[in-house]
Amino acid sequence: MEKDIIIDLKDISVSFDGEPVLNNINLYIRDNEFITLLGPSGCGKTTTLRIIGGFLKPDTGRVIFEGKDITDLPPNKRQLNTVFQNYALFPHLTIAENIAFGLKIKKKSKEYIKDKIKYALKLVNLEGFENRMPQSLSGGQQQRIAIARAIVNEPKVLLLDEPLGALDLKMRQSMQYELIRLKNELGITFVYITHDQEEALTMSDTIVVMNKGNIQQIGTPEDIYNEPKNAFVADFIGESNIIDGIMLEDKLVEILGAKFPCVDTGFGRNKPVDVVIRPEDVDLVEPEKGTIKGVVTSLLFKGVHYEMDVLANGYEWLVHSTDMVPVGREVGIFVDPYNIQIMHKPISEDEEASSDEE
Amino acid sequence: MVKKLFSFIQKFYVAIIFLILYSPVIVLMVLSFNDSKSRVIWGGFTLKWYSRMFNSSIIVETFIVTVTLALLSAAIAVVLGTAACVGIEAMRRRNKQIVLGATNIPLLNADIVTGISLMLFFSRFLNAGFPTLLIAHITFELPYVILSIMPRMRQINTNAYNAALDLGATPLYAFFKIILPEIFPGIITGFIMALTMSLDDFTISYFTKGPGVSTLPTMIYSELRKGVKPEMYALSTLMFLAVLILLVIVNLKGSPMLSKPFANAKNGGKKHAQTMRYRR
Ligand SMILES: Nc1ncnc2c1ncn2[C@@H]1O[C@H](COP(=O)(O)OP(=O)(O)O)[C@@H](O)[C@H]1O
Ligand SMILES: [Mg+2]
Repeated sequence: MEKDIIIDLKDISVSFDGEPVLNNINLYIRDNEFITLLGPSGCGKTTTLRIIGGFLKPDTGRVIFEGKDITDLPPNKRQLNTVFQNYALFPHLTIAENIAFGLKIKKKSKEYIKDKIKYALKLVNLEGFENRMPQSLSGGQQQRIAIARAIVNEPKVLLLDEPLGALDLKMRQSMQYELIRLKNELGITFVYITHDQEEALTMSDTIVVMNKGNIQQIGTPEDIYNEPKNAFVADFIGESNIIDGIMLEDKLVEILGAKFPCVDTGFGRNKPVDVVIRPEDVDLVEPEKGTIKGVVTSLLFKGVHYEMDVLANGYEWLVHSTDMVPVGREVGIFVDPYNIQIMHKPISEDEEASSDEE
Repeated sequence: MVKKLFSFIQKFYVAIIFLILYSPVIVLMVLSFNDSKSRVIWGGFTLKWYSRMFNSSIIVETFIVTVTLALLSAAIAVVLGTAACVGIEAMRRRNKQIVLGATNIPLLNADIVTGISLMLFFSRFLNAGFPTLLIAHITFELPYVILSIMPRMRQINTNAYNAALDLGATPLYAFFKIILPEIFPGIITGFIMALTMSLDDFTISYFTKGPGVSTLPTMIYSELRKGVKPEMYALSTLMFLAVLILLVIVNLKGSPMLSKPFANAKNGGKKHAQTMRYRR
């Protein structure tokens, strides 16, 4: 086993009332990593986090923390802290008492606790809030107190369950930077949950894409974005053109009746595949120069780029481009071979279920 | 004009209802100050029935039994009820509904049915006396206690409890520090409701008390059967007022005095004042 692995989930399965919620999850988390569990609502992210935190025992599988099996250890004995969805501050305690909660249990001295509260409030930019009550704070402020309350205990791992989910867009963006800064300052491992793919791409070292209790792909944000392993990941991480294709031979795929050169090999001959092409990778050219011809059917200005729909051979292509092409104009579609992503079709119905969005 | 008349009729109607509801009690109160033993003739104002009442050793003894019974049964009911609420809250939705439904059945059950069934049940295992009376009172108080604690319990963010565990608290510590302060107002309400129910109860007590023991209501009943005893009017008047005061307290419960969670009680007054301000 690698030395810098701090948490290792082995063959974790959970079901509630006979409904499987996690199917054989295997996942290791490196020390000092910002790892994000990303997936649609209900895919099992919180359940995974509750297993790491000790609030839920898996039906099968083991949780290893720094080489030791902690599957049966109760949450109050684990060296990690959680920032819960919707903050979960203690409403009848002041901010200072909230933050001191864990330290008092550990019987730290009054002086130490006072210093820690001050330090933590400074870290989250809420100095002087000691005697306020939680209800008198805004959502963003409450969230930062929840983080302060967790980190004063100096956990090795901080678990965060959609911490920015309840905040408005502007607040979210500034909190994203705050969290990255915090993580760098503290030098601890963050296990982060979100259903927002942009947030995941911005903040993470590693992204774990989940769907219906299955891990779909684990990788860096670049990996996940550029080389999605299947149609679900491709679709969930940003918009994509996902088209049925036939792999004619190595480096040649047929889509919508036209032959596109690509760079993928090893799929065999005449195999049905899913072809993923990002909207920004579709080049609109003169009709004769394209691989296939189409007609622009809609045009939207999106600020940085234009978003166009191009109907070509019965498929509506989504195209992002900085160049505008008016609606009704005939165009050619060209895609650089490097930008064509070939993926296996799901083999069984089961796999289909596990990679389909609801 | 028509509006005015209408509003007058409305007020008149309400007044009539209150008069009909409370006139018997008013008659009782008036008679408790009547110098004549007659139920129809006013013989002048007197406090002698009150002084006689306080000098009667049987009344004072029964009073002590009744109050002890009420306080003790309410205290035990509150402890059991709190534990029950913790358990019910931890259940899955379906079981929760079943158990909550089951606890409500005694509320709807006729007192006489509860009384007789408890009597039959006790006669198999215990001699009727103070212990059986105590158990009976706890039994019929419990649903009211659960009913007043449960809504508070529901309001608690379950993650607040989890957060306490997460920060190193044992389940017991988390309960006392996080859950209890939040449900405390409900516990107080439940306690007062239980007191009221206990002081008030005649039917169930009558069947479960055994020969040697009496509560104020059962004593009043048996005394009045023996003949006219105006000190019983005096006693009933006081009991009515006691229960009325308890009910008023329960209904004023929005007031900060009672809803203040208990964890804050230990803080200094100054800090508390601040706490209360933020609370609103
Ligand atoms: N305590 C529970 N009892 C029954 N079903 C649950 C429970 N907790 C979660 N689930 C179910 O498990 C699935 C995954 O839930 P969760 O892990 O909370 O998803 P996510 O956090 O990804 O939105 C959901 O379908 C949810 O309804
Ligand atoms: Mg969740």
